[in-house]
Amino acid sequence: MIYAALFYGVALFTVAGAFGVAFSENVVYSAFALMATLLGAAGLYVFLLADFVAAVQLLVYVGGILVLTLFAIMLTHQISEVEVSNRAVGRWPALGLVGFVGVGMATALLRAPWKLGEGTAARAAGEGTTYGIGDSFLGPYLLPFELASIVLLTALVGAIVLSRKELRD
Amino acid sequence: MDIGLNHYLVVGLLVFLAGLFTVLTRRNAIGVLMGVELVLNSANINYIAFSRFGSGGYEGQIFSIFVIMLAAAEAAIGLAIVLGIYRKFKTIDVEEVDSLRG
Repeated sequence: MIYAALFYGVALFTVAGAFGVAFSENVVYSAFALMATLLGAAGLYVFLLADFVAAVQLLVYVGGILVLTLFAIMLTHQISEVEVSNRAVGRWPALGLVGFVGVGMATALLRAPWKLGEGTAARAAGEGTTYGIGDSFLGPYLLPFELASIVLLTALVGAIVLSRKELRD
Repeated sequence: MDIGLNHYLVVGLLVFLAGLFTVLTRRNAIGVLMGVELVLNSANINYIAFSRFGSGGYEGQIFSIFVIMLAAAEAAIGLAIVLGIYRKFKTIDVEEVDSLRG
């Protein structure tokens, strides 16, 4: 009972944050609503017994991506400028499209005969998920893991090249 | 009523729809990027929900870690591009940035 109440609280927090991102006029408020969504998603991962992914979500998303986004917002607006808001365009067509997609996806997910099973519950209860995830990264998923390193290195170099000052001659 | 797979899928769906709406309506390029983050997060919620309630092992969680990694790379590159656009055009309104020549 308490479990369900907690779940609904976290889920409501997540969804409210997402709608805050979508509907708030000021892009700074959007960024803080995004933080609510990211924190709520981390909470949902805890409910789903994914402790390692929840920690990664907090470290990478809330600690990294969100701070980066806020920096970009501050750098692309004059601080003295009060008009940080951004007008949205085409709300009604967008709402129509979103409603159409939403109804389609909701019908699909509520009707589909999902093949359910044991899941990770039993294994996660014993030792946590970190052991299994690390084992997979150094075993069957070694090649994607190394490719991810290369992608991150490329992104790092690319971001530096793109955002450095243009020095002619 | 027990909290089952469908609860998480509905949360993921709502977050996805909010992200789609954000991408479609924002004129601020950073706002569009935030919408993309929402969509990626909804995919992650679904991955981990299926990892918990499905019949596989940790595959869903591993894929979600890859998604988080790619989201970090995408945010770094995307925001660097946005800063470059701002330096060039003095605006990050995606409707006014319509010139391909540098």
